[in-house]
Amino acid sequence: MKYIPNIIFCVLITYSIYIFYNNILKLKRNISLGKGEVEISGSKKERWKKMVLLAFGQSKMINRPISGLLHLVVYIAFIIINIELIEIIIDGVFGTHRIFSTIGSLYGFLIGSFEILAISVIVCVSIFWIRRNVLRLKRFYENKMIGWPKMDANLILYFEILIMSCFLLMNTFDVEFQIMDNGNIISGYLSSYFNHLSADTMYILERIFWWTHIILIMIFLNYLYYSKHLHILLAFPNTYFSPIKNLGWLNNLSSVKKEIDIINGTVNESSNNNELIKFGASDANDLSWLQILNSYTCTECGRCTSVCPANITGKKLSPRKIMMDTRDRIEEIGRNIDRNGEFIDDNKKLLDDYITKEELWACTSCNACVEECPISINPMSIIMDMRRYVVMEESSASSEINNMMSNIENNGAPWPYNQQDRLNWNE
Amino acid sequence: MSKINVKTCEQFSNEGKTPEILFWIGCSGSFDDRAKKITKAFIKILNHAKIDFAVLGKDESCTGDPAKRAGNEFLFQMQALSNIKVLNTYNIKKIVTTCPHCFNIIKNEYPELGGEYEIYHHTEFINNLINEGRFKIQGGSFQGKKITYHDPCYLGRANNIYNAPRNLIKKLDADLSELKRCKSNSLCCGAGGAQMFKEAEKGNKEVSVERAEEIIKNKSKIVATSCPFCNTMLNDGIMKSKPESEIEVLDISELLVKKNNL
Ligand code: SF4
Ligand code: SF4
Repeated sequence: MKYIPNIIFCVLITYSIYIFYNNILKLKRNISLGKGEVEISGSKKERWKKMVLLAFGQSKMINRPISGLLHLVVYIAFIIINIELIEIIIDGVFGTHRIFSTIGSLYGFLIGSFEILAISVIVCVSIFWIRRNVLRLKRFYENKMIGWPKMDANLILYFEILIMSCFLLMNTFDVEFQIMDNGNIISGYLSSYFNHLSADTMYILERIFWWTHIILIMIFLNYLYYSKHLHILLAFPNTYFSPIKNLGWLNNLSSVKKEIDIINGTVNESSNNNELIKFGASDANDLSWLQILNSYTCTECGRCTSVCPANITGKKLSPRKIMMDTRDRIEEIGRNIDRNGEFIDDNKKLLDDYITKEELWACTSCNACVEECPISINPMSIIMDMRRYVVMEESSASSEINNMMSNIENNGAPWPYNQQDRLNWNE
Repeated sequence: MSKINVKTCEQFSNEGKTPEILFWIGCSGSFDDRAKKITKAFIKILNHAKIDFAVLGKDESCTGDPAKRAGNEFLFQMQALSNIKVLNTYNIKKIVTTCPHCFNIIKNEYPELGGEYEIYHHTEFINNLINEGRFKIQGGSFQGKKITYHDPCYLGRANNIYNAPRNLIKKLDADLSELKRCKSNSLCCGAGGAQMFKEAEKGNKEVSVERAEEIIKNKSKIVATSCPFCNTMLNDGIMKSKPESEIEVLDISELLVKKNNL
């Protein structure tokens, strides 16, 4: 009987790690569905530097000082408070109580800091909630941001408030910890309100909050996969693999290069392994794995959309929506594969069913979205790959665009002027 | 206007010489009436600084930028390969251009296709000339005048060139008054990504008008820029939103020509 809580704890934690592991495998599988061309640039050193700066150091978040600062507090607290998880897990597995408390004043210092951070998180997250739901900041609202994305954003905030509150309350009702009087900076104050409770009641309450706290964490861990909160993990690989190049660089498709080489006779056709090449992307799995990783990393913060000239002037295009659509579609493809063992055509694709041509053609390729994204996501590259499909495979560009292109083809300029007249400006 | 002194690569090659640098004029600079003036202004500066430069003339062809950004990678690579062939035939090593789109594509996308050149945007190039003492800014026509600057996307965000144009404006003794959205936050003029060649999608405003409104608010009488497409778009935007504001849209090279009275 005595070991029942330990057993329950072990089962729960093993089970939640097992589900988490499975989700990670699924994530990896979905990302690797991307068949598109990808170029990883820069040296390892440069990429590490970029990751440390952007993901670890949050250097771009500060461009928007208020949300940047609030986010920084929550982020630092999240990392530091998780140290406490080590103790909680050991206690849970072995049935001990605050196993590290014997280390003395350092323990007090740690728990004291955790308590202060927990309160700070509650304050910051509340402000986040107010910005989103009361002040209704514009960038949190657009067509795509209703339903699940809106609920997801709020759920995360509730999770965080609940987890932090449970942490503070389990300390508050922990009689031994309060007697120790070492690190109970906030909970000591709170517990003074509950002096009248009996020791048994205190014990039961402490147990309730201790268990709720750890169970919430296990749920949260497995909630990540379904949430924009996945960025807390993926921001690292995403910034690491993002290109170290001038933003103006747009990849040269090597499939096109090959095709041209064949036409020019510089390469033998037979060296091409007869695989049907598709230029550009019409579905999410035509994109590169990096673009799909981008979509899973997106925090749906809307910074990109808020600076997009097309979006600002009322066009349908929203770079955030491009990322969310990509993720939704690759998820759909993934579920299709899970169900059928392989992908069975569902008569849908990313182009037209999720992202319309009207959106694609509104992009000025200005790179504002790419510059703005705090974690190096590139919505523009997806737009460009889809345009490539529309133009090279579907040949369904507007007549204006077609005119421009045939002018270039015929007379070497986007307008119908003769190449022989290129010096006529000097008449 | 009188003919300006320019020599083509072909002429150089017939004389058995190679130019110090190639001026890549670009389609806009060759054919667009407004942009032709920028071409002339920059050539005046080149001539004044006694630069031994060449142009390609009828050997020049579109870099392929509008095709590439519209999604026609095929047409782009065809253009790029044939341009690279021409440039390599003339043994060109250094290029300067007044168009950030040509600049960007030659700098970032040509090398992988076999075209490696030392390429400068004209604002960078003029800065270098000043530093080397080959060009001097003199005259007092802009003293204390308020000038604002619009960062072209393909120069600024795309290639991190923010200071070169600003240095030149400061050297005019003018008062540089930044727009609210400037440098890496700059707002597009609306021309990029092949938008220049098509109607805009449905919306509630044109991008150029949105930008023009910001420029009008700034209250400068001159807006400097360094891209022929931005030039056209901004002028358009200003004409649409407040023609009576009489704001002049000028390329930095044009400002320098005015200042130095070339
Ligand atoms: S690159 Fe396209 S999607 Fe991104 S901000 Fe500019 S116009 Fe919007
Ligand atoms: S792409 Fe980047 S900036 Fe845009 S919503 Fe996603 S995380 Fe935010």
